[in-house]
Amino acid sequence: VRRLFLLAARLLVVASAFACWELATRAAASPYFLPPSTIVTTMYDRWFSGPAGHLWLTPDATANLLPSLGRMLGGWAAASLTGIALGIAIGRLRVLAYLTEPIVHFGRAIPAPTLVPVFLFLFRIGTPMEVATIVFGVIWPVLLNTIDGARHVDPLHVETARAFRLGPGQRLLRIVLPTAAPKIFAGLRLALSLALVMMVISEFVGSTDGIGREMLMAQSDFDVSVMWAVIILLGLLGVVLNAVFGLLEHRTLAWQRGTRPTA
Amino acid sequence: MTSVTPRVCLGVLGIAAVFGGTELALWAAGVNPAVFPPPSTMITSAASLLTNQSFVAAVGSTMAAWAEAMAITVAIAVPLGTVLGMLPWVESVVRPVVEFLRPIPSVVLFPLLLLIVQDDLRTEVVVIVFAAVWPVLINTVYGFREVDPEAKETLRSFGFGPLAVAYRVSLPSAAPFIATGIRIAASLAFVVAIAVELIGVGLSGLGAFAGQEQSGSNAIDVMLAVAIWSGIIGLALNAVFVTAERQAFRWHQALSGGIA
Repeated sequence: VRRLFLLAARLLVVASAFACWELATRAAASPYFLPPSTIVTTMYDRWFSGPAGHLWLTPDATANLLPSLGRMLGGWAAASLTGIALGIAIGRLRVLAYLTEPIVHFGRAIPAPTLVPVFLFLFRIGTPMEVATIVFGVIWPVLLNTIDGARHVDPLHVETARAFRLGPGQRLLRIVLPTAAPKIFAGLRLALSLALVMMVISEFVGSTDGIGREMLMAQSDFDVSVMWAVIILLGLLGVVLNAVFGLLEHRTLAWQRGTRPTA
Repeated sequence: MTSVTPRVCLGVLGIAAVFGGTELALWAAGVNPAVFPPPSTMITSAASLLTNQSFVAAVGSTMAAWAEAMAITVAIAVPLGTVLGMLPWVESVVRPVVEFLRPIPSVVLFPLLLLIVQDDLRTEVVVIVFAAVWPVLINTVYGFREVDPEAKETLRSFGFGPLAVAYRVSLPSAAPFIATGIRIAASLAFVVAIAVELIGVGLSGLGAFAGQEQSGSNAIDVMLAVAIWSGIIGLALNAVFVTAERQAFRWHQALSGGIA
């Protein structure tokens, strides 16, 4: 009953937040602050009123939203794989950890936006430059979390596996990766929300398509409703990505609950 | 506790290996230094930036925007987080709104805000605040929620009023979490400041300096030197906040960590 009450209260707050927003913007009739109904209509007309065969996506959506999503997820996946592979190696080999420690810490401290001009110089405008920005921007949380997770594997578990003559590959798959998984997932989640930010930044600076590009076009046209639509779309995208990832994490780590307290 | 010496030696060796390796590889492959400069050239360019008036001014304006945004962030997020942390039911009701606002990349607000505010620098500060507010807010809420109820009860039973309890128990126990949130926000604010400067046309600062270098003289070594200096400033900022936390909260055990 308490849960139901809370849910009702939340729905009420969200609904009244929307109602206030709608009423306030209608009353103010400002050219800059638009009512949510106008924004939703713009979003629908622009992106989601296409034919059912195209999953209701309009040509504008397939030309801009899909490339953005592709670059973002592609960059995230590339950074994740590299980060996990490097992180396991660094976390398991103490010599490697000492060798790379200063470099990793310095690399993490470099703000990815300062490298955008460098990537722009090396790759020109286009997808490679955007993916490079995303990869550099999001690899650090994955790398650092994986190092941390792989380093703190119980030596007893590794020794036991050795006693049972499990090879290095088996030990990696059955002992190291599962133990480090919660940390790795925490890094992946952080990296995913960062990838959204990096995608927007890279598209603002140099792109021929994408959500960021749409924002810039809307800015030069003074099209306030499209600008709002892009902002709301990115907020929704963030919520959806986070929810999907949470579901994935929940399923993958289901065996963990109960065996140990979650840190 | 492992000994420190081999760790430091290997660390220095690692840096030397990466520098030497890159230098050698670029030389062996015959890469034109104008396309990708060897590390030695990057270092020389980074050193010469120190005497470059416009670079020093760029660092100054980035840090000024950063400082102003951090002050505003703390002034908004700490009181708000305190209220939400002390009233859990308000927090659980407001959470959906926060969960929707938080993932919006703050940089995307820049074009719209610029149209409304009509002032580049004001807009930059607002965009930084929008990004930096979340870690401070969430860590503050968490800190106040984690206050030991027995400590509060004890003080209450001695006849202290709610304000005294808040001041003597809740605030000291939440303070380390707030500090962690501020440290995370400080690094984030620095990155967002550079991103906004890169995008905004009428702005000065590190991001604008790097962007102008790209569109103007096209000197790759200077662009990389700017990145190196930004990394050093980022490290220094983090070090300052970590040291301040250690000094202020020696008594607190859960120093590391925090919620990003």
